[in-house]
Amino acid sequence: MITYIIRRLLLVPFLLFGVTVLIFAMLQLLTPIERASLYTRDLPKNDKALEGFIKIYGLDRPLYEQYWRWLVGVRDPQTGERRGGILFGDFGWSRTGSQPVAQLIAQRFPNTVDLTLWAVAPVILVGIWLGVQAAVHHNGWIDQAGRIFSIIGTSFPTFVFGLLVLMAFYAKLGWFPPGRVSDWANAVINSPSFHPYTRLLTIDALLNGRLDVFLDALRHMFLPILTLSYINWATFLRVTRSSMLETLRQEYVTTARAKGLPERDVIYKHARPNAMIPVVTLAGFSVVGLLGGVVITETVFNYPGIGSAAAAAASQLDVVTTLGFALFNGFILIVANLVVDVLYAYIDPRVRLS
Amino acid sequence: MPENTVPSADNALLSETVSLRKIGRLERILGPENYRLLKGLLRTPASILGFSLIGLFILIALLAPVLAPPLNPNDPYKIPRDGFSAEPRPMFSEWRRNAPPLPFWWKTVFHSDQWLHILGTSQGQYDVYYGIIWGTRTAFKTGLIVVFSTFLIGVIIGSISAYYGGIVDNVIMRIVDVMLTLPFILAALIMAAVLTPRIGRSLLPSLIALITFGWMGYARIIRGDILSIKERDYVLAARVIGVKDSRILFRHILPNAIFPTLVLASLAIGDVVLSFAALSFLGIGTDIGYADWGQVLSFARNWITSLDRYWYIVIWPGLTLVLFVMGWNLVGDAFRDVLDPRMRGKI
Repeated sequence: MITYIIRRLLLVPFLLFGVTVLIFAMLQLLTPIERASLYTRDLPKNDKALEGFIKIYGLDRPLYEQYWRWLVGVRDPQTGERRGGILFGDFGWSRTGSQPVAQLIAQRFPNTVDLTLWAVAPVILVGIWLGVQAAVHHNGWIDQAGRIFSIIGTSFPTFVFGLLVLMAFYAKLGWFPPGRVSDWANAVINSPSFHPYTRLLTIDALLNGRLDVFLDALRHMFLPILTLSYINWATFLRVTRSSMLETLRQEYVTTARAKGLPERDVIYKHARPNAMIPVVTLAGFSVVGLLGGVVITETVFNYPGIGSAAAAAASQLDVVTTLGFALFNGFILIVANLVVDVLYAYIDPRVRLS
Repeated sequence: MPENTVPSADNALLSETVSLRKIGRLERILGPENYRLLKGLLRTPASILGFSLIGLFILIALLAPVLAPPLNPNDPYKIPRDGFSAEPRPMFSEWRRNAPPLPFWWKTVFHSDQWLHILGTSQGQYDVYYGIIWGTRTAFKTGLIVVFSTFLIGVIIGSISAYYGGIVDNVIMRIVDVMLTLPFILAALIMAAVLTPRIGRSLLPSLIALITFGWMGYARIIRGDILSIKERDYVLAARVIGVKDSRILFRHILPNAIFPTLVLASLAIGDVVLSFAALSFLGIGTDIGYADWGQVLSFARNWITSLDRYWYIVIWPGLTLVLFVMGWNLVGDAFRDVLDPRMRGKI
């Protein structure tokens, strides 16, 4: 187990390096002037000063020098202040967000975490439940319905599904609005008496004893959660179903049946735990995917997470901001994947022994 | 086969004769394995529905100039606009200005000389029907280009990786790992955003982005297949009689490794079109008013509060996209079932 974790940990710096190189490569497709917002918020206007600026920050230097500067930043010759430097958490200036990229991320990320927090249970648990039912009633009507459901689910683009539920539950019925919170709740949140303990809105609302704000936030998150659930259920259903069917064919299951155990115990105590192994991986990746910001879902529902921020910046061709988000996303995914892999090895001994 | 009475030797003989059944020309060309795949694909109702859907869309794409004659034949992908007012207009409303030529079947069906917006207009008076019809061509175009390119790149890189092995293999596979770290749609989004100012708004930025981040899966699959086929007896036999390595790779290994991946890749057209539409929906890629489904759908984003009134600007393009993707998914599912070794002999 220890060797496995060590081997897996050794991969992390390599992946981090790879992702920074990948993003740096994309930055190189920009002109030096466009890249300048990595280091400053306002560019000098006249050509001469601009050239000087490019010189100071080495935007026309060889690639490896630029890469190094991008990592550690450049000292401003007048103030001696460090500008840029992704290793210090400075991802540059966001033209579209009118604030540093890092600050924009810090503002948006808690919302994404909040959404993930509430989406995880419906996405994973219901998905698994559906899959187990389909496998237990193999070729019965539940299975057939599940099959049709999963085909439709995998064919439904997120944004079409999102627009449809908005049409029904917002435009028609007015139950679940898009966005983050209502205006009145926003006023409450921004009032000095509301303490942002965790920066996760739903949790903070509870900690502040504002049940109305909490419910309002949940109401706004309902449609994104529904969309994410629907899209992911199809996958969970398939994986759980096939894994469960495979397990039910094993001899130890026949043995359990032969010695007269009730069918319920056979399924839920003997078969299901072993069938869960591939599902756990899938669940891990889903959580990681959710944390990385779900670009389309957040955009459709106007939810202010990191996914929609990245999309908004990209559609206005603000590349420095978008790449900042990608970098942050890459870091999160690498760390989260590491956690998933280690947990997986903990659950399934075959992984760590191979 | 008569039961019980046949001695075992005859039994063997009988099964021998079974395998001597008539072999059609198609089977001879494709080989028994691939023939079995094809036959299996044409059996299940789901895959037949899938094939019909794909066929329908091919028909629409081919007949686009007949179904919706373009205003300017040199630039058919520009959706004609009926004025500039923002608010969508309902289905079957009159075409007031800028109407494209009437298709020849119009008079017989509608008994009038007036072009109507059959499926309404979207924001900015873009005709929804026209966008859907010509968007079908865009869909096939983007799907085919991306699938073909990613497959080609994947096969080349995967083969190189498996063929050279050792450090080359290691380096290539680690690059694949890194490129798979970022979520696909985010990576493609960024790439397209970086490219758009360089090469202008067109299909190209999204296409290049989807290709850049789309080949890794194929490279992995091909590499794995080659590595497993490398160990087969006939490859060993070829090696023993001194065939050159490159010839073994291209003449003996690749043709045997490539077919299932090729079919899977072509079935990925549905997913590619979906990703492309997603990028357009987010406002990346083509010019506003270009006939592609994601673009037509993105017009609806500004009308979320009144979608119950303007339902037609979501339902029709949405349904088109869903049916298109579903067609490919249905066939893809059937294909995976047939390919599953446990299903062998059952179809």
